[in-house]
Amino acid sequence: MLTCKQASKLISQSLDCPLTWSEKMQLKLHLLICNPCTQFKRQLNMLRTALQRIRYSIEHDSTIQLPLDVKNRIWHTIESDQK
Amino acid sequence: MAENNLNDWLNVHGDYLYRFALARLRDPHLAEDAVQETMLAAIKNNSFEGDSSARTWLTGILKHKIIDLQRKQIREQPVSDVIDLDASEHSMDDFFDQSGHWLDKPQTLDMPDNALEQKQFLAVLDECLSKLPKKLKAIFMLRDVQELENENICKELEISATNAWVMLYRARMGLRKCLELNWT
Repeated sequence: MLTCKQASKLISQSLDCPLTWSEKMQLKLHLLICNPCTQFKRQLNMLRTALQRIRYSIEHDSTIQLPLDVKNRIWHTIESDQK
Repeated sequence: MAENNLNDWLNVHGDYLYRFALARLRDPHLAEDAVQETMLAAIKNNSFEGDSSARTWLTGILKHKIIDLQRKQIREQPVSDVIDLDASEHSMDDFFDQSGHWLDKPQTLDMPDNALEQKQFLAVLDECLSKLPKKLKAIFMLRDVQELENENICKELEISATNAWVMLYRARMGLRKCLELNWT
């Protein structure tokens, strides 16, 4: 039987790569009887979804602009770079 | 010719590129650097053929620059700060007792669902991210924000898959705890 420590590691790992069949089964079994780990899994899912939404919002937020002084700085850097 | 291009690129696509970088780096200065590096590379190596849109072409360059910047941040870490697996086992002592049970049970985290809440959430998240070791922050940003494939992260950062999983585990563990305390 997995401990919560082991289970939580597998939950995180499952976001990055497929678990082995045996890992999957052990995790499933653990989650059936463990509320805290189920809650942990929800937390990680929530974090990921929130991050995706925020990324989308920032990318489409037309009030966020490259500051003018930065534009000028880029100009100057490139001009002096080309000389 | 080159100057005209630069002018167009900066004026027409500068804001978009900046937002693209900011959404992934979460740091205005780094995002500015990424745009500047992109423009420099675009001017120097003007391989734009006009059969794809300039924006797509520039965004492709920017993606690499963003990863370069993150990799540089990671490389700048002193060697002693390289995550070793034993130490990371130990760091989990904050979350689990000796028999591997949760010390504090994970709480419900509410999804920010309107623009205002998203803004607040982001402020808390940035604060929480800043508390992570730089290396963990960078790998978390690459994987969970940029959604770079694990395989590519390992190649980019020259670390093993196991090391990447451990680092991501630590980062997520720390973040969700920090969110529990500061995001309600």
